[in-house]
Amino acid sequence: MIDLTINGRAVQFDGDPEMPLLWFLRDEAGMTGTKFGCGIAMCGACTVQVDGEPVRSCQTPVGSVTGQDITTIEAAEQDRIGAALQAAWVENQVPQCGYCQSGQIMQAMALLAETIEPTDADIDAAMSGNICRCATYSRIRAAIHRAAETLRA
Amino acid sequence: MTRHHSSTSFALSRRQLLAGIGAGSFALAVGTGGRLALAQELADKAADAASLFEPNAFIRIDTDGQVTVVSSYLEMGQGTFTGLATLAADELDADPAQVRVEAAPADASRYTNPFLASIGFAVQGTGGSSAMAGAWNQMRQAAAGARAMLLSAAARDWDVDAAELSVEAGRIRHAASGREDGFGAFVATATTLTVPRQVTVKDPSEFRLIGGHFPRVDVPAKVNGSAIYTQDIKLDNMLVAVIAHPPRLWSTVRSVDAAAALEIPGVQYVVEVPAGAAYQGGVAVLARNTWVAAQGRDALDIDWDESLGLTTSTAQIFERYRALAEQPGNVSVEKGTILDKVPEGGHVIEATFEQPFLAHAAMEPMNCVVHIREDGVEVWNGEQWHTADQGAIAAAMGIEPGQVTINQLYAGGSFGRRANPFSDYVLEALAIARAAREQGHTGPVKMVWLREDDTQALQYRPATVHKVRLVLRSDGEIGSLQWRAVGQSFFPVPEGGTDALLVEGASDFAYRTGALLVDQHLANDQRLPVQWMRSVGHTHTNVVGETIIDEAARLVGRDAYEYRYDLLSDHPRQQATLKLAADKAGWGTPLAPGADGDRRARGIAVRESFGTVVAQVAELTLHADGSYTVDRVVCAVDCGYAINPDIVKAQMEGGIGFGLSFLRQEITLEDGQIQQSNFHDYPVLRMNAMPVTEVHIVPSGEAPTGVGEPGVPPIGPAVLNALAALIGSYARTLPLGDSVSLT
Repeated sequence: MIDLTINGRAVQFDGDPEMPLLWFLRDEAGMTGTKFGCGIAMCGACTVQVDGEPVRSCQTPVGSVTGQDITTIEAAEQDRIGAALQAAWVENQVPQCGYCQSGQIMQAMALLAETIEPTDADIDAAMSGNICRCATYSRIRAAIHRAAETLRA
Repeated sequence: MTRHHSSTSFALSRRQLLAGIGAGSFALAVGTGGRLALAQELADKAADAASLFEPNAFIRIDTDGQVTVVSSYLEMGQGTFTGLATLAADELDADPAQVRVEAAPADASRYTNPFLASIGFAVQGTGGSSAMAGAWNQMRQAAAGARAMLLSAAARDWDVDAAELSVEAGRIRHAASGREDGFGAFVATATTLTVPRQVTVKDPSEFRLIGGHFPRVDVPAKVNGSAIYTQDIKLDNMLVAVIAHPPRLWSTVRSVDAAAALEIPGVQYVVEVPAGAAYQGGVAVLARNTWVAAQGRDALDIDWDESLGLTTSTAQIFERYRALAEQPGNVSVEKGTILDKVPEGGHVIEATFEQPFLAHAAMEPMNCVVHIREDGVEVWNGEQWHTADQGAIAAAMGIEPGQVTINQLYAGGSFGRRANPFSDYVLEALAIARAAREQGHTGPVKMVWLREDDTQALQYRPATVHKVRLVLRSDGEIGSLQWRAVGQSFFPVPEGGTDALLVEGASDFAYRTGALLVDQHLANDQRLPVQWMRSVGHTHTNVVGETIIDEAARLVGRDAYEYRYDLLSDHPRQQATLKLAADKAGWGTPLAPGADGDRRARGIAVRESFGTVVAQVAELTLHADGSYTVDRVVCAVDCGYAINPDIVKAQMEGGIGFGLSFLRQEITLEDGQIQQSNFHDYPVLRMNAMPVTEVHIVPSGEAPTGVGEPGVPPIGPAVLNALAALIGSYARTLPLGDSVSLT
């Protein structure tokens, strides 16, 4: 039995510990906010946080994260940074198709937790692993700056 | 304007969904809170006729005053749901917060796309950047009719003259008596009235919401993970299918050893899937969990019969295309007399362009949920080609289209891919569901293509070779232009016939030209089904047209912008848009210098596509090692009346990013096998390569035209032209790659 803590809740899984966290979240736990995009950690759509670090859940075996705090997009609004990012995403009207945006926000949460006033170069470095095929990048950048501003205020 | 966040009602909906309420219980409907509604909830209201005012197929108003706008179009990121809500809310004088958007069912009798029908596709579908152009009259008239009926109802209920009533933010007022109430109060009376035959829509001077800022209705659900895509559907007794396609295209299954796959806990069925005309089939593995199904798929031992498999390579395809480009083709357009000789003092450009196959690579790989039941088929899909897919399923099953129910969902991008002309991925999902049903699975099946499957499943933007000969007279005028295109068409073309989409932008070449001859060859015999991609023929023809005009300007010693402006004398909208982009970009002023060893230049390009004109100026930095950076793009767009200016800007930004990816992408075949599989070898633009973008909208009172596609065509040639300004020659083969040779 695998014991997990997802968004502060204890969850158990009686299955293959090799199953990527992504597919546990989506197909077992019914939490579909975390998206499947590539399966090889090349697009970032599946980004979640494990103990505050952004990880690609498609490459994270569910058995490797027992005892660690897993945070997904579904709980982003309970986090001060996550809520600020979501508000900035709305204010800047970032999403188009929206499919990558859970991963973008989870990645940006980790950036702002480390860097309270990121430069464009910081944003490039942190966010270039997250693909947005609609190319909402300019707005993602603006929204990260905006969220950082509100968090500093 | 209030924006409420209905997370509570959503959470309930999704819990119920995940608990497996069963097929038919789910519909996509979003309010300004991005809320999803249960079909049952909608049906309950519909059942109580007096509580629901439904004057037409596009508007419903209930006794709570909730306005439901019915979208016959797919929301794939282009903002259509919001555009429709804006049109309806403005014409109704509703409060945006009381408006929600619901996806229409597939129903040709009510929802055929008026624009697509006008060009020969009488389907309910989303394409050709046509939604706002089609809805501009249709939705406003629907809303105006509803508004007129609500006013009549209020006049009757209050026993006053309707002409004395006013409406603001969803409330009807009678100033003289001081009476006021919301729309919902008049629903009961309105349902008893006759729908007016003729209504007058607002004059643009009366708009309150159109042309302003109307928040996207889908955004709240897209920032908290609650927006539901096909990939997210989970139904009672549903299995996920992952399929093994033949590695060598069009090979067939000789035999399969499924023992290892079936030993994996959770794998429930292994089914052979015969190929269809537009899909490859293979062997599918079904499990409750996607990863388990994928494990099963990878454990299959399949003996492929490759006797009918392709052995083609892209190199051979281009070799053939290049040879065809030397032969006269079927004529698309011919006017005037082509100049064989270059006039004295004139110039000639002879150039051959090669552009590769491209995959759409939407973030959500293709997928589709199909449930075959005794009485018909139910589908859950980000559905872009509604009634065509409905008809294809019905034909495959031998049932009536009305027996095929399609539940619309958000699409995680599409760029044309979900509107396959031959319903490829939808029919493959159906074929899997049929095979599973034969083995005893009675529940729904969700077909999931993994990224590699999506990249390798054909339906590419066609590869092309274009050969042009442009003759310039001594005065700089274009004496004649010969343009030959070699590629494929999306639909069969009779022997000797031509395809309009292969040469769109060439056959209607906008620049003043003495003589024009456009001909073409179609290589439709090579078993490589192709598909339109965002901006279709313009994706490749504009690389040709906008670089040769740039080269022509250089040859005759004219400024690239001024020369274009001059030769666009028959197209004042293109001139004005070009001018706006050039002015805003500071065309003709020096660029700030780059770092040591860097060189910088601007390039310009323009294209009218789908009735919208877009001009772009790209600022490029060429580094000493030959790598390049697109730093800034200034874009001007004339799309008629801009219904949602912020969405117009977003689509231009996205179009620029999408088009920049073309500089580095290609799909290639080697011995009948696709060489690319995922984002490591099929790169798409990332954050660090996204230029600063600046979008300017040409003020216009004309009817709106679309913006989903037209942002794409100019960016590629604008970059190539900037590069040519630095290195003196024009790139004619794409992809360019990460760097150019400077030796």
